[in-house]
Amino acid sequence: MELADIINPKNLVYEKPALLTSTTMHYCPGCSHGVVHKLLAEVIEDLGIQEKTIGVSPVGCAVFAYNYIDIDWQEAAHGRAPAVATGIARTNPDKVVFTYQGDGDLASIGTAEILHACNRGEDMVVIFVNNGIYGMTGGQMAPTTLLGQITATTPTGRDAGRNGYPLKITELIAQLSGTSYVTRQSVQTPAAIRKCKKAISKAFQAAIDKKGTSFVEVVSTCNMNWKMTPVKANEWMVENMFPFYVPGDLKDSSKNNPESYTPLKN
Amino acid sequence: MAKVIGAVVVDNEECKGCGLCVVACPQDVLGQNKQVNSRGYHYSFMKNPEACIGCSNCATVCPDTCITVYRVKL
Ligand SMILES: Cc1ncc(C[n+]2csc(CCOP(=O)(O)OP(=O)(O)O)c2C)c(N)n1
Ligand code: SF4
Ligand code: SF4
Ligand code: SF4
Ligand SMILES: [Mg+2]
Repeated sequence: MELADIINPKNLVYEKPALLTSTTMHYCPGCSHGVVHKLLAEVIEDLGIQEKTIGVSPVGCAVFAYNYIDIDWQEAAHGRAPAVATGIARTNPDKVVFTYQGDGDLASIGTAEILHACNRGEDMVVIFVNNGIYGMTGGQMAPTTLLGQITATTPTGRDAGRNGYPLKITELIAQLSGTSYVTRQSVQTPAAIRKCKKAISKAFQAAIDKKGTSFVEVVSTCNMNWKMTPVKANEWMVENMFPFYVPGDLKDSSKNNPESYTPLKN
Repeated sequence: MAKVIGAVVVDNEECKGCGLCVVACPQDVLGQNKQVNSRGYHYSFMKNPEACIGCSNCATVCPDTCITVYRVKL
């Protein structure tokens, strides 16, 4: 069979999701953000919620997320996406609201906002792209940077005595009563990407069903600031990040007891 | 077993030459072109088109979604 006979609309099995705009993403070649955007576009399309989904984009490399997925968006100040999303979700209970945040945004400057939004159990989804570094500003140490990891501000590697310990914020969030589904995913292989898509879909369904906050961490790469090729960065992530940021579900209230907090008995 | 054959179309101008699709392909179909596109990237191409099974792995991992996949069952 000739190539021209195979390349025919009737044989189509994979194409760009309709909700991704034609704007070329500004991300570096091989950046995980692009894959996560694609999954979001697919999930929103599959669930048929394009008209009622509102994203809140962060400060960080994903600051222009609103240019790439054809839904309504609001840009928030650095770290404040969960507070902005709280306002949107409470005043528009018929909408499906999510934040999209990096690790600098969510686990550093925005720690208060994310912990309290999750603790209040706002009906929203949080997409947390953890690449262990401040990507946008040139690769400074983030709270999530691993011990020993070299960054622009830890040129000899992160040292616990000097820089403190890496923060497993997703483990903290899983303990909050307001969260229903908390999971850690990744997007380095086709299998991981398909799994991550299922997790994002489940998180959006939980928000539609008003189950409180759903939180999806995506352990990611920043090949540019890690100073590796995209392929090498994925290998480095699996080897070094996965033992510390272990992929899998941390909390799933559709399976387990939703309450991790037991009220005092009188 | 039914045989499947596939083919991919890479958007040469959108491709950033990151190489993730090349390692994701189980059939070693893809390679990075010696030529560059207008933005200077070594865009991906089918160096070994007969081997493609249309599994979509390459398109799934592409951060810029520049691969479209076709498959025919024989
Ligand atoms: C109030 C405020 N403080 C600091 C900055 C500088 N700044 C911009 S992005 C960023 C961190 C981005 O890192 P992350 O959230 O991990 O996103 P990434 O780029 O890695 O995806 C910082 C500190 C800012 N824009 N605004
Ligand atoms: S700096 Fe890092 S996070 Fe930002 S676009 Fe480049 S690879 Fe992605
Ligand atoms: S569809 Fe599958 S076999 Fe064909 S090029 Fe892509 S990854 Fe390789
Ligand atoms: S994964 Fe996409 S951007 Fe990267 S080389 Fe392949 S087609 Fe090009
Ligand atoms: Mg980051």
